[in-house]
Amino acid sequence: MEYLIGIQGQDFVLVAADNIAANSIIQMKQDQDKMFKLSDKILLLCVGEAGDTVQFAEYIQKNIQLYKMRNGYELSPKAAANFTRKNLADYLRSRTPYHVNLLLAGFDETDGPGLYYMDHLSALAKAPFAAHGYGAYLTLSILDRYYRPGGIPRSPSRLFTIPLFYCPPSPLSRFILNLPSFTVRLIDTEGIHDLEKLMPVGAKLLAPAPSS
Amino acid sequence: IYDRAITVFSPDGHLFQVEYAQEAVKKGSTAVGIRGKDIVVLGVEKKSVAKLQEERTVRKICALDDHVCMAFAGLTADARIVINRARVECQSHRLTVEDPVTVEYITRHIATLKQRYTQSNGRRPFGISALIVGFDCDGTPRLYQTDPSGTYHAWKANAIGRSAKTVREFLEKNYTEESIATDNEAIKLAIKALLELLESKEIETLVTEIEKEKEEEAEKKKQKKST
Repeated sequence: MEYLIGIQGQDFVLVAADNIAANSIIQMKQDQDKMFKLSDKILLLCVGEAGDTVQFAEYIQKNIQLYKMRNGYELSPKAAANFTRKNLADYLRSRTPYHVNLLLAGFDETDGPGLYYMDHLSALAKAPFAAHGYGAYLTLSILDRYYRPGGIPRSPSRLFTIPLFYCPPSPLSRFILNLPSFTVRLIDTEGIHDLEKLMPVGAKLLAPAPSS
Repeated sequence: IYDRAITVFSPDGHLFQVEYAQEAVKKGSTAVGIRGKDIVVLGVEKKSVAKLQEERTVRKICALDDHVCMAFAGLTADARIVINRARVECQSHRLTVEDPVTVEYITRHIATLKQRYTQSNGRRPFGISALIVGFDCDGTPRLYQTDPSGTYHAWKANAIGRSAKTVREFLEKNYTEESIATDNEAIKLAIKALLELLESKEIETLVTEIEKEKEEEAEKKKQKKST
């Protein structure tokens, strides 16, 4: 089962997604990137129906770029989130709805960091922290317990402690489905930064695929 | 009313509507394009605006994508439509093919669009010529020109609009291997070409530089960072 998590800091947003692409009971791919770069400071994390995820995310991605070309400036995270929600909502009552669950994370120059939770029924909520997937049941309570209003301060050593440190191992240790690795990214005023892949101890990983 | 073609052949084989459109282009302010070794330069003649008009730069040079730009001469309103269609096509191409457009592809797309309007019911041709510049994936600089008839050609240097003939003659004389040896030389050539038009009116030039290698590198770095 797929897993997404996002946490808003004081001047950044931290997001992580698992890396498994599965087909029924088989792990087809263990280095799938479920994050889509919408613009220099906006990431869309997308899980759900196979095919719908990439199709919908890339469609949004290209439309955000088109907006930039037409108007000379990029959409803000709030605008991008609402645009995405509208698209999802329009397709919901058609013959071909997209069955995807999303997190949209971005940094706005005026409003600061923002995290938006969206689900396949096109609900949109701006939240200080959010998660998707079965793993969310295990991690949201930890976030409720440890999250401080005003966001967590940035400090490299604490980045992988509360709550992110606790969160993935929880799905791992108590969860019947093994999620061996997570891609982690951080968005701040300078843009999107790749952080080290999170691979909890005891995780089983196949030999890496030939580099693409 | 929409079942009759407006653009029809004359007895001696002319498409007058297309030729009239080309006349409209000749009324527009001049644009010049130069292809250098690692640079493509677009320069446009900036019309002096009315006293009370906001001097917000009337953008005659428009980005179609991160790596392709175009300038036009002729009916500004028609250009807006063409530019919008081109921008959508650039993203659509990226969506379906996962690759940015080549300059030739997007030129062909615009030219095909223009040609369709010379052969459709109830429609008139677009009254613009366009200079399309950019770099392909392999780093080769390109300059193309389209006109209302829908033809397109690649050029080393060209001009469109009011004083196109004068500027083109200037370019024919002055475009040499030395004159485009460096990026700055190429830009200077474009500015010199436009200064040919300096008569009694005060004319400013808008110069757009596309340093593709740097842009590409920067973009590649960004892409590597975020994927």
